[in-house]
Amino acid sequence: MKALVPLAAILGVAGLAYAGGLLPGTRALLGVVLPYAAMGIFLIGFSFRVVRWAWSALPFHIPTTCGQQKSLGWIRSNPIENPNHKAGVAARMALEILLFRSLFRNSQARLEEEGPRLLYAENKWLWLGALAFHWSLLVVLVRHLRYFLSPVPAFLPALDAVDGFLQIGAPQLFVTDAVIVAALLYLLARRFANGRVRYLSLPGDFFALFLLLGIAITGILMRYFTKVDLEGIKQLALGLVTFSPLVPASVGPLFFVHLTFASLLLAYFPFSKLMHMGGIFLSPTRNLANDSRARRHVNPWDYPVKVHTYQEWEEEFHDKIASAGLPLEKERTRA
Amino acid sequence: MPETATRPEELVRISYDPPPGDWRGSPVEFRKGTFCHAAGAKSVRYLELPNPRDWQPTDQDWKLPPNWKEIILAGMKERLERFRSFRLFMDICVRCGACADKCHFYLGSADPKNMPVLRAELIRSVYRRYFTTAGKVFRSLAGARDLTEDVLKEWFYYFYQCTECRRCSVFCPFGIDTAEITMMVRELLNLVGVNTNWVLEPAANCYRTGNHLGIQPHGFKDSIDFAVDDLEDLTGVRVEAPINRKGAEILFVVPSADYFATPHYYTLLGYLALFHEIGLDYTFSAYASEGGNFGLFSSHEMMKRLNAKIYAEAKRLGVKWVLGGECGHMWRVIHQYMDTLNGPADFLEEPVSPVTGTRFENARSTKMVHICEFTADLIHAHKLKLDSRRNDHWTVTYHDSCNPARAMGLLEEPRYILRRVANRFHEMPENTIREQTFCCGSGAGLGSDENIEMRLRGGLPRANAVKYVRDKYGVNLLTCICAIDKATLPTALAYWAPGVEVGGVHELVGNALVMKGEKERTTDLRGQPLGQGAEAIHA
Repeated sequence: MKALVPLAAILGVAGLAYAGGLLPGTRALLGVVLPYAAMGIFLIGFSFRVVRWAWSALPFHIPTTCGQQKSLGWIRSNPIENPNHKAGVAARMALEILLFRSLFRNSQARLEEEGPRLLYAENKWLWLGALAFHWSLLVVLVRHLRYFLSPVPAFLPALDAVDGFLQIGAPQLFVTDAVIVAALLYLLARRFANGRVRYLSLPGDFFALFLLLGIAITGILMRYFTKVDLEGIKQLALGLVTFSPLVPASVGPLFFVHLTFASLLLAYFPFSKLMHMGGIFLSPTRNLANDSRARRHVNPWDYPVKVHTYQEWEEEFHDKIASAGLPLEKERTRA
Repeated sequence: MPETATRPEELVRISYDPPPGDWRGSPVEFRKGTFCHAAGAKSVRYLELPNPRDWQPTDQDWKLPPNWKEIILAGMKERLERFRSFRLFMDICVRCGACADKCHFYLGSADPKNMPVLRAELIRSVYRRYFTTAGKVFRSLAGARDLTEDVLKEWFYYFYQCTECRRCSVFCPFGIDTAEITMMVRELLNLVGVNTNWVLEPAANCYRTGNHLGIQPHGFKDSIDFAVDDLEDLTGVRVEAPINRKGAEILFVVPSADYFATPHYYTLLGYLALFHEIGLDYTFSAYASEGGNFGLFSSHEMMKRLNAKIYAEAKRLGVKWVLGGECGHMWRVIHQYMDTLNGPADFLEEPVSPVTGTRFENARSTKMVHICEFTADLIHAHKLKLDSRRNDHWTVTYHDSCNPARAMGLLEEPRYILRRVANRFHEMPENTIREQTFCCGSGAGLGSDENIEMRLRGGLPRANAVKYVRDKYGVNLLTCICAIDKATLPTALAYWAPGVEVGGVHELVGNALVMKGEKERTTDLRGQPLGQGAEAIHA
């Protein structure tokens, strides 16, 4: 059920977009209005979410330390897993963002009743799948710049050459096209097959995967299996970025499905868990140096609290303090 | 020791396969042995917290204030603005499930709501319903649900089944820290008077008398004097243990269990012997007689109220800096919160070891040094005469206490000390130590007897690793630097890994320390004959 509703929604959108791509009346809606609206929602929504996080205060200094602290000079500290200053934090964040360092730690626990014994096995599949998906997506997005830039910058053909190094088929197969689908299918299969993950998944988790798969599959269909008018698509894309939109008649309906999916992703982004893309930069357990005893961190909303002062304490326990022979403040002042 | 009728073989008859259906369906069932008693009205009233009354989680009617829902939602709104961690951790989880089998309570109970991700979803679902557009519009399709009394009861059950150990945050690709979320929910629950006695009674005691156990000044003095006498019997050396002495160089703060519970007490004897031997100019305080801080387990405000004593007393006594004993959550508060809460400590000086001259630059603002940092420095500078053979009756392993490991990175200092005071030391498996250490299962105020089944379940991963080194190397002593570990691991180990005792790092320092003028030591600080294994004694 959690997966069916999102799947139905995606298929429904695909059908509508395909039909819309065939009807002259709706082509401008899907090819111009929708992308602009989606980009607007994305830019405003994304910024709004990030600014709202940034406006939330950072009252305490709470890094999670994953290595030896910097304390005594002769003990070797771990400057990246337990950074002591900004350079270390930058390195830690780079590892987290570029290589998914924390996910790399992932293991899998198993309980044997005999004993009982708890066993932990290496499990890098999630890390690999996640890394493969995200890096492929980045390369695919960069490759798409060819549609939005004229003339095409020199590095793009070079990137295409690298991505197509296998030199299979014509048009040449991009490795990232294969990898992104494989990775998405793995992530999706994992959500179904792993009972725990299925149990904790929400419809939105499936929606995001179906949507991304939809984008990838329509893109691949257009590149490898159906004939599309690339010139027309480039005209449309350039028209969008130069604010002189046009919808060439040669662009087929499949492209409208692809474009509608991409627009939906943009518009959905700020309302969803996909915001982790911006959020990871702000995570206070990762982006702070472990220097809270060396440098004072100030809480912007700090307020005075009621405390039990020494004077009140001495007042309450005066006789007991005296009988125990412990020094008293009051006697001192009397003397 | 609390009794449980269930045998270990029965307790592990669990399956990590989740039950069929949706987790939002069933209301929580308060089963004996898996939850803590409600806070008594007396403690709630003493701390001037809302809604003091007599109630229990098993009651149908929790006697919440009529506008409880508005209070909770207003409290959430306020905290979303005050804590970036809270808002961010509500927003960015992708439910990848990497954290699922990293939680000791999940590993020991297989209750899917003990997976950190689902624990967080318990409140995230409410956050979405009232604070996000998608949740307001699409409701359950967007993973949102209404806040009801059943949800509140579920929060109480599961956020008092989290020990704020932060192990999940090590594995989360976004660093989502369930401890933060647990702290927020416990604050929210406190707003409507839903809290546990095991947290609030110690907090009230600490507020009034200076320590969690409610020991009054004369009682404190008696315990310290008793320890001094004991140490003389054991070593032949009479030490000084000053209390509330003005003008001392260093204020020494320990968790109160160190002077009132075993096996903590042997660690206290270790401190006393060490300080005497190096001629440390220090004082205890009967007012700041607690380093631990159960405020961490109820609210940031309570944490600040209880922590204020340390700097206040340091100032009143005119010391130069503060030294802190072996305690886990106490060190989270000192390392990550104290300076912010109650600083700046500009009336103190940057800590310098009076024995070695080492400047503790890492503590130059907070001005508080961990005893393991202090002692490791002494040993490294060859200032101590140590006879490690006096610990030969122990085969030792070291349990990284959660907070010193994951909120400080105090990993090598205790190991350095242990390797020099004991000859037989063996590490537990890699993924159960250092930053991946497993909680004792009883931290964050869950260590009460009535919660025994949950504690044992939560203690399974730690105890299981101990059992591994017991069987492989003959380990018979688990050392640690946390008062809650010392209080609760003996129970967990007796159940899961019998034959392994629990002790402090400075207990072994005290055993090995050769003191000037000491008599020939025939026993360790526990009074056990030297050269005999604990197994032989306890057989």
